Amino acid sequence: MTAIAEASTRSRVAEHVSRAAGESRPVRYIIAAVCIGVSTIMLAPLVLSFLASIKAPDEARASPPSYLPHSFSLESYAKVFEYQAGLWTYLSNSLLVAALTIVICLGLAVPAGYGLARFRMRFKELWFILLLAPLMIPYQALLIPLYLNFSKVGLANSHLGLAMVHAILQLPFSIYLMRNSFESIPRELEEAAKVDGSSSWQTLRSIFLPLAVPGIVTVALFAFIASWNEFLSALIFMNKETSFTVPIMLVSVRTGRLGSIDWGALQAGVILSILPCVLIYLLLQKYYVAGFLNGAVK
Amino acid sequence: MVRALRNNVGFLYVLPALAFVGFFVLWPLLQLGYLSLTDTSLLGGGQFIGLENYIKAFEDKKFWQALGFTARYTVFITPLLMGLGFALALLTSPNRRLQQITRGIIFLPVVIGIGSSSLLWFWLFDQQVGLFNKFLVDIGLLAEPAVWFTKADMGLLAVTISITWKVIGFGMLLFVAGIQSINGEIGEAALIDGGNYWQRVWYIILPLSLRVILLTTLISVIGSMLAFDQFYIMTGGNPRGQTFTAVYSIYQSSFISFKLGYGAALSIILTAIILVFSSLQVILSNRSPSQ
Repeated sequence: MTAIAEASTRSRVAEHVSRAAGESRPVRYIIAAVCIGVSTIMLAPLVLSFLASIKAPDEARASPPSYLPHSFSLESYAKVFEYQAGLWTYLSNSLLVAALTIVICLGLAVPAGYGLARFRMRFKELWFILLLAPLMIPYQALLIPLYLNFSKVGLANSHLGLAMVHAILQLPFSIYLMRNSFESIPRELEEAAKVDGSSSWQTLRSIFLPLAVPGIVTVALFAFIASWNEFLSALIFMNKETSFTVPIMLVSVRTGRLGSIDWGALQAGVILSILPCVLIYLLLQKYYVAGFLNGAVK
Repeated sequence: MVRALRNNVGFLYVLPALAFVGFFVLWPLLQLGYLSLTDTSLLGGGQFIGLENYIKAFEDKKFWQALGFTARYTVFITPLLMGLGFALALLTSPNRRLQQITRGIIFLPVVIGIGSSSLLWFWLFDQQVGLFNKFLVDIGLLAEPAVWFTKADMGLLAVTISITWKVIGFGMLLFVAGIQSINGEIGEAALIDGGNYWQRVWYIILPLSLRVILLTTLISVIGSMLAFDQFYIMTGGNPRGQTFTAVYSIYQSSFISFKLGYGAALSIILTAIILVFSSLQVILSNRSPSQ
């Protein structure tokens, strides 16, 4: 994260350079126009989808379609809420799986990160490599044995089972991030606690955890978004209609009843499914971008 | 005993995570290897049949076609993402207000689920009600709304457009981070030497971004080699399985045709291919940062 702070001070130099380079007024206007053009292209699909979701259902299925709604109606939302077992069921399924994923990720990554950052131990490098190994193995390939194992112990078609699969996806990044968070905490704090005679567990709880909050927030954030959006394992593991997560439910809206698709309801569903991710991104952009860069480059 | 325990307190903290990875990644991986040597079906059972599944996979035209299609998608989309990502990074790397907002907007679709974004584009491309299709007609690129998902090439193009929209912010942000960390003093030096903007891009920014470019390329290659959701939702493999990706054919063999043993063999083959790329990525990321 310091790298990013450093980057932004340095880029002030860069800015100075590009200004001093005689970036003339017309050039600046062209750059501004391109920025606005690109932003419009990127936002257009989302805006059009939102507008379609608030059209009256007749208008949403009209061909040729209209860009802007001539009517305003929440009927498509009402429909998607009543779809099959009801959208509340699917939303709560998705929320439950995401919450369990967060709990599993934090429950494993916080101690592991603490252990790796703060203790000497034999074979530490080996353990660290093993913990990051899932990065190298596509989880798509693991779904076959996991499906068989979960069927045996009754975890197939269960939200806990799905959360465990989602946790596999997020665990390496979580451990990596927690280890870095704990490593960046100054050693003196630990020494002081040791002198006071507190155990490693007490030290973790009273000293390290409060200081590692940004890392913990980032881990939870990424676990939530990964789980909320994950598609393939939910498609394979969830066979009962009432235990579907939101993305799987949306695909069945797409398939439609009797072959006709309810386009308005589909767009209402799309908008509702992306809303939590967009809100989280807008509210916690700083954590999100830092975590993203940390996870991707390292 | 107690002393040994005290000396290994750290290990106790790592143990739960290790056990989890062992149970849910390493053990299943071994099982996958064994399954690939059996004729297990989704309903259970299964005999040891040696390398038969692998021989079958080798002769399976459909699997080769799926692998070929996946490779085609990968070589199609990766340069596109890299080029556009780098261009957008150049556009938005100065930390001015407008650039920062643009960067935020370009990154927005990255946080959206690939399922949701594929469904969104499935609608936009629809022949009857699709607004993107209508837009292409309105600006004169198409004579009339096209049917995108019944031809393999059109389907591939449609998926590429939607995925580019969805993930372009990913590459852009990595490049922005790369550019912002290099072009300070060096850029100034180049300025004194009298370099113009494009010369600075070509001789300074591009060479110094090489590591980020390579890394992002590998991430994109791995991601596209494992593509599934977008094709499942948008093309459904149509026409006649021509848009099946590798993961799609594994899904199809295992969970639609119930042949888990065969699906396991295909998974092992795909895992081997992915391992090559991900080891390259790990090697590259572990080398000391260039900056």
